[in-house]
Amino acid sequence: MSNETKSAAAHTPSRTAIWNNPTFRSLVFQAIVLISVAAFFVYIVNNTLTNMAQRGISTGFGFLDLQAGFGILMSLIEYDETHTYGRTFFVGLLNTLLVSFLGILCATLLGFIIGIARLSRNWLIARIAAAYIEIFRNIPLLLQILFWYFAVLSALPSPRQSLSLLDLFFLNVRGLYLPAPQPEAAFTAVGVAFVLGIITSFLIARWAHKRQDLTGQQFPVLLTGLGLIIGLPVLVFAVTGFPLTWEMPALQGFNFRGGLSVIPELVALLLALSIYTAAFIAEIVRAGILAVSHGQTEASFALGLRPTLTLRLVVIPQALRVIIPPLTSQYLNLTKNSSLATAVGYPDLVAVWAGTTLNQTGQAVEIILMTMAVYLIISLLISTFMNWYNKKTALVER
Amino acid sequence: MKTLTSLAASASLLVLSMGVVYAGTLDTVKQRGHIQCGVNTGLPGFSFPDDKGKWNGLDVDVCRAIAAAVFGDAGKVKFTPLTAKERFTALQSGEIDVLSRNTTWTTTRDSSLGLNFAGVNYYDGQGFMVKKSLGVSSAKDLDGASVCIQAGTTTELNLADYFRSNNMKYTPITYDKAAETVAGFDAGRCDVLTSDQSQLYALRIQLKDPGGAFVLPEVISKEPLGPVVRQGDDAWFNVVKWSLFAMLEAEDMGVNSKNVDDMKANSKNPGVRRLLGLEGIGGKGLGLPNEWAYNIVKMVGNYAEAFDRNVGTGSKLNISRGLNALWKNGGLQYAPPFR
Ligand SMILES: N[C@@H](CCC(=O)N[C@@H](CS)C(=O)NCC(=O)O)C(=O)O
Repeated sequence: MSNETKSAAAHTPSRTAIWNNPTFRSLVFQAIVLISVAAFFVYIVNNTLTNMAQRGISTGFGFLDLQAGFGILMSLIEYDETHTYGRTFFVGLLNTLLVSFLGILCATLLGFIIGIARLSRNWLIARIAAAYIEIFRNIPLLLQILFWYFAVLSALPSPRQSLSLLDLFFLNVRGLYLPAPQPEAAFTAVGVAFVLGIITSFLIARWAHKRQDLTGQQFPVLLTGLGLIIGLPVLVFAVTGFPLTWEMPALQGFNFRGGLSVIPELVALLLALSIYTAAFIAEIVRAGILAVSHGQTEASFALGLRPTLTLRLVVIPQALRVIIPPLTSQYLNLTKNSSLATAVGYPDLVAVWAGTTLNQTGQAVEIILMTMAVYLIISLLISTFMNWYNKKTALVER
Repeated sequence: MKTLTSLAASASLLVLSMGVVYAGTLDTVKQRGHIQCGVNTGLPGFSFPDDKGKWNGLDVDVCRAIAAAVFGDAGKVKFTPLTAKERFTALQSGEIDVLSRNTTWTTTRDSSLGLNFAGVNYYDGQGFMVKKSLGVSSAKDLDGASVCIQAGTTTELNLADYFRSNNMKYTPITYDKAAETVAGFDAGRCDVLTSDQSQLYALRIQLKDPGGAFVLPEVISKEPLGPVVRQGDDAWFNVVKWSLFAMLEAEDMGVNSKNVDDMKANSKNPGVRRLLGLEGIGGKGLGLPNEWAYNIVKMVGNYAEAFDRNVGTGSKLNISRGLNALWKNGGLQYAPPFR
């Protein structure tokens, strides 16, 4: 019986025509679908280009090399109106990355603090955290950005009446002005010491971890690490004879010049993005912590761990597994929401590139395609990173 | 397979609909029964909705004139408020039939956006507004100033040119909407607000303290503002162009909304009779009724009436005719002969 079946099975393929083979058929159908979809898009793109050419609308990427001819409020790379349109793309992109990065950092910090506070056994703290979440989660983000910009920061005094701290820091309606460090050549040594400090602390931490696993002996990793990362550069700084001067901001004409300045557009956007997203992150953190069964905490207390240690060593590592996937979407949201920048004139990618550059060149199709590609790539990068981190934490499960 | 067929069906629909949208704007407009006109989101004197939601202004009147010419009814217009950044895409995509939104005629816009400028309804130039407390009296004193501007305008470019050629530095604060630009200037975020001069006067009345600000004497650019249509639709281009000319010609001939009926009945002047469609080619070449220009004058008025009512002596802006006077009064406004 079993022999018969075997031989029948062996014969089947040769007896059926190839178009009846399921693998072959599915391959063919997939190929047909793929080709038709590709053909559809080729057709649409072609159609658009021909139509645009017919109506006398310029197409192509030649405009990237033309001189832009307009100024931009803030740029992380060298830029003025004599640079090209192509350069305005990078100016906008970097400004978007800057505000997204800082926003993610602040929102995470604030979100974790509020999320944990929400679970505090202290009635007042828990209430305040709950109120924070309910208020900021339920007010539209755009309104919050406008509020910070037009209600709060606009109320600051004019440059001539700046609030000042020790005559070093100045705050006015045009922004925050700080002394700018001007490193001399020898300052590189301090940088090198700093990097060395980080590397050695990392190695020590690994070694200490291994040793603790093997022998149970503990090592003051935190203190040594801090000593190396802060102490070493400071020591080198002193030895090389303090090779750093400061450029002070000073009122000159209409504005402060010199020093570092932080524009209010950035501050308003950053505040609103962080505070808004932190409210969501807080809820995610709370959900994550509550997902760790109470037995874990009790067991940890029974072992004699203090509450802070219990939180750090037992609860948070397990909660992270629940927290990270939704946290990723919050990061993606924050990045995409940063395009609301244009409401307050922060020169992000959408304001500069998909706004002014688009309008001055009229090349909407190219510019919008590039903008969409950028947001897609940023989003994919963030989620790849978070997926990697998620896999790493998922393994921690015992 | 079913999805494929429906995909193909929707694709061909898309192509078909593309074809329909661009089949002669004049025919489309006549079929639809109204003109879709792109205007400013709110600029007193040029296009501004009153408390009943009715749009008023010099740019708005251009749209009304076109509606009067096409339909014999100046009310058959719907307005789409647009920011500087949105305006060209709205016109290119067919969302609006004509853009009448204080838009400067430049080479780039005329030659590479697939658009055509149909004339000039206001000759303007860029200026600067500052607060009196700043203590400057000339634009040459503005080195190092922060300047509020609106994104996607010629203003952005002229500003950069002016400061560069005078070897001065500036910080541009670029907003999307006029309301934000005004708020920024009010709050002291910038020292200077720059824009086309007529618009400076319009924005000034929106300030918290209009008396505390004034416009500097320098005019740093040429800003011929006018209605825009899509390139490659000559019939519609002609309708828009000649609607504007009809308002100018009426002023030139001394025909206005009050005397037009009397003129029609009694005037012996051949120029007036041709304008009002009693003699000559009338509206034949334009694809309009013979009394198209009569309708414009009757329902909207001639250029002088529109000017005075919206931006001139009869308005809060109180702008003098200047460059916008007729050619025979020393200005630049001029209509080719109606014959
Ligand atoms: N004429 C210039 C400027 C046009 C323009 O948009 N000006 C601003 C001046 S602030 C404006 O009218 N804004 C009114 C609004 O967007 O509501 C151009 O065509 O680029």
